[in-house]
Amino acid sequence: MAATAEDISREEALQGIGCSRKRKEDPRFVQGKGNYVDDIKMPGMLFADMVRSPYAHARIKGINKEKALALPGVHAVLTADDLKPLNLHWMPTLAGDVQAVLADEKVHFQYQEVAVVVADDRYIAADAIDLVEVEYEPLPVLVDAHKAMDPDAPLLREDLVGKTEGAHGQRRHHNHIFSWEAGDRDPTDRVFEQAEVTVKQEMYYHRVHPSPLETCGCVASFDKVNEQLTVYITSQAPHVVRTVVSMLSGIPESKVRIVSPDIGGGFGNKVGVYPGYVNAIVASIVLGRPVKWVEDRMEHLSTTAFARDYHMTGELAADKDGHIKALRVQVLADHGAFDACADPSKFPAGLFHICTGSYDVPVAHVQVDGVYTNKAPGGVAYRCSFRVTEAVYVIERTLDVLAQKLGIDKAEIRRRNFVKPEQFPYQTALGWELDSGDYHTALDKVLKAVDYDGLRREQEEKRARGELMGIGLVTFTEIVGAGPTRTCDILGIGMFDSAEIRVHPTGSVIARMGTITQGQGHETTYAQIIASELGLPSDQIQIEEGDTDTAPYGLGTYGSRSTPVGGAATAVAARKIRAKAQKIAAHLLEVDENDLEWDIDRFKVKGVPGQEKTMKEVAWAAYNNLPEGMEPGLEAVDYYDPPNFTYPFGAYLCVVDIDKHTGQTHIRRFYALDDCGTRINPMIIEGQIHGGLNEGYAVAMGQELPYDEEGNSLGNTFMDYFIPTFVETPQWETDYTVTPSPHHPLGAKGVAESPHVGSIPCFTSAVVDAFSHLGVTHMNMPHSAYRVWQQIHELGLDTHG
Amino acid sequence: MAKQHITFTLNGQQLDALVEPRELLVHTIRETLHQTGTHIGCETSHCGVCTVDLDGVSVKACTLLSMQANGSEITTVEGLAGAEGLHAVQQAFIEEHGLQCGFCTPGMLVRAYRFLQENPNPTDEEIRWGMSGNLCRCTGYQNIIKAVHSAAQKLQQA
Repeated sequence: MAATAEDISREEALQGIGCSRKRKEDPRFVQGKGNYVDDIKMPGMLFADMVRSPYAHARIKGINKEKALALPGVHAVLTADDLKPLNLHWMPTLAGDVQAVLADEKVHFQYQEVAVVVADDRYIAADAIDLVEVEYEPLPVLVDAHKAMDPDAPLLREDLVGKTEGAHGQRRHHNHIFSWEAGDRDPTDRVFEQAEVTVKQEMYYHRVHPSPLETCGCVASFDKVNEQLTVYITSQAPHVVRTVVSMLSGIPESKVRIVSPDIGGGFGNKVGVYPGYVNAIVASIVLGRPVKWVEDRMEHLSTTAFARDYHMTGELAADKDGHIKALRVQVLADHGAFDACADPSKFPAGLFHICTGSYDVPVAHVQVDGVYTNKAPGGVAYRCSFRVTEAVYVIERTLDVLAQKLGIDKAEIRRRNFVKPEQFPYQTALGWELDSGDYHTALDKVLKAVDYDGLRREQEEKRARGELMGIGLVTFTEIVGAGPTRTCDILGIGMFDSAEIRVHPTGSVIARMGTITQGQGHETTYAQIIASELGLPSDQIQIEEGDTDTAPYGLGTYGSRSTPVGGAATAVAARKIRAKAQKIAAHLLEVDENDLEWDIDRFKVKGVPGQEKTMKEVAWAAYNNLPEGMEPGLEAVDYYDPPNFTYPFGAYLCVVDIDKHTGQTHIRRFYALDDCGTRINPMIIEGQIHGGLNEGYAVAMGQELPYDEEGNSLGNTFMDYFIPTFVETPQWETDYTVTPSPHHPLGAKGVAESPHVGSIPCFTSAVVDAFSHLGVTHMNMPHSAYRVWQQIHELGLDTHG
Repeated sequence: MAKQHITFTLNGQQLDALVEPRELLVHTIRETLHQTGTHIGCETSHCGVCTVDLDGVSVKACTLLSMQANGSEITTVEGLAGAEGLHAVQQAFIEEHGLQCGFCTPGMLVRAYRFLQENPNPTDEEIRWGMSGNLCRCTGYQNIIKAVHSAAQKLQQA
């Protein structure tokens, strides 16, 4: 039936799914009325600051607090010895290890927390930390992950001596954390032995940091009279934080209130529980006053959750036409001093085994070994699902190397190996079920849009003139929306998510979710889902998240899980409401509910024009005129356990021109096609893609957290750590196809991380491509001017002309 | 250290405050005067989330002593909207989706407000350079550039 003008206007009035609705969050943000953690003030509030270690590895011989305590305005100086009686000097990590809340006899990385000072204001606290005298005895430092398991490597974790069994099985060495594998080792090895062609590429995915503009912090307030603890915190997972805080402190979960207010960006950095939070909470309990702790930028970059630091070797076996026969991947993972990765419990390398990518790989094997070093702990997913960026990088890079060896164009080799549309749902060799995809269409659309053949001709001409031009191409598949509770949990809690929706008598709605927005626009997009499902205007739908006293329990927002899991919960809860509403409408219209059909915002009696009830009318009736025996009210809750992950994909192309005298790489063009299934708000999707591409650009072209041999962090200020400004940032071109997820109630897959995951190997692919005719197969990131110049210089390209 | 008495105009309102000689302007604004729209991101002048307008110049309040602001006229994000509603730059950021987490937004807006007085009809390239002291991690800048253009047009029509 053709939609009438009246239908269209009714639909538009809802501002539902597919509408580029302006964001509901924005009016408060543009007027300076956001409410971030550091904006929170409480009566009597004190400030905490940390005494941190200047050494990467040292024994603490003594701590003298006297001078600090003598400073007027200082209320307390706490060390590990003070936390010991409370058994809070160590805390469990999300990865099954433990981490020192305050250094216990030893420091394991530079800037580790040694003591916490609590004072009247941040100036006094800053003065006081300089007055705390700590005597250290430096120990041999381990920085190089490749040396971690040498027989004579320094012993880092004395607390683990004698523990040969870790959270993920056998430990082979005192600095070994775990060995994890997926796939079939022997069959894979056999294919490699007999293959027509094999390639092997080592690559280092360097240590980086998500570094949102708001650092981590909290305000902890313990009410001694009511024995209630309230913590305002920069957390992407407030409900999990509450569970952890309750377990650590012994305060019943129902007396712990965790609030994530407005969050100034997270990008994976704000998933974990950090010593600073625990210290502020302990200080508040001890002193009976609210305590604020907010990191500065240097503390942020030095201590709270880095990402990556994977030393990877990718190998492909293929026939001479480039058809992949097997994939083998070996990883040495540098986890720093404590294993504080944020991954689902059963996956110490996250979802790294998505590394078969978009390709039909018959057999594969992957092994990851985690080791300790004297570096900051972490291993979070920086704008990606768990270790998916690393996975996509290794397959996309290794496939380029194979194409290069065989002299096959990198678009063509991808086309030959793609999982075909008719193969979905597709079982990968490493155990995933790809839900849906149409990779050929996406690739072809991009190649056409940029005139790929024309670019290759131009490149040939430029090469003939000695100029450096590179074309990068990536066709990635992500795995997001963790996840099915049968496989995914954090600290034993299944990774479902939740929505609670209440329709008021007048038809306005309040809905609360277990996720938490950090810029993704949940207050806008969840309302759009409910608007479409219930036929009520999104402007009258209020979304609330982040307060554990009011929101239903959820696992939070990271790994692009809000739309795949929280969005699904929202749709299902709304459908429960609509099912009840249909019964009420049938009662009001005195017909059987099966005689009704849903039409945008109302129920209509089939074949009887004019016999109808709008959702707004039904909402009123839900509070006063119900069928016999039905309970009043119109609300529903859904805890959604996803049947599978979702698998967004995309095709990205990048064109670079490299100055052969300076090594400066100019990004001439970046074209990103994303397929995230059903698109809820195209404006927000495009914004997320721009942001993800920019963070990908940052990682590929400049960001790194290097350490010197003594374990000194060399990249921990914005002077050293690259955040692209307006000036360097390229112009982004975006495009899309729509291949809905068959198992998600809305067909949506999640999008915000694809551009980060997909763009990083694309930048490398482009930079390497500029040198590929000279036999270069790989260059490690970041592709800063100096590093690119080193490659130019090595090839002698800068000597003349 | 003895506190010093300073006076200045904040968003059109004459104020006085007692400050420590070493106190940073951003702390006086946020903690003493309770105007928390101005944020703190790096404390080294790199990120620009603390940008305020001081006597007609964009400055980073995280590296300016409050004493240096004595006698000056300061505008923060809270002072951009007038009785007639949002300022054109505020409206344009909403329309063009020029913000996500909102943390850089106040500094970004205060800088755009001043930049468009310095250069009322900028090119893309001029916006990129003129706004380059303000970092954003969320947007990839593209929509902010659109928003500044759009605000420029509105302001010129006004």
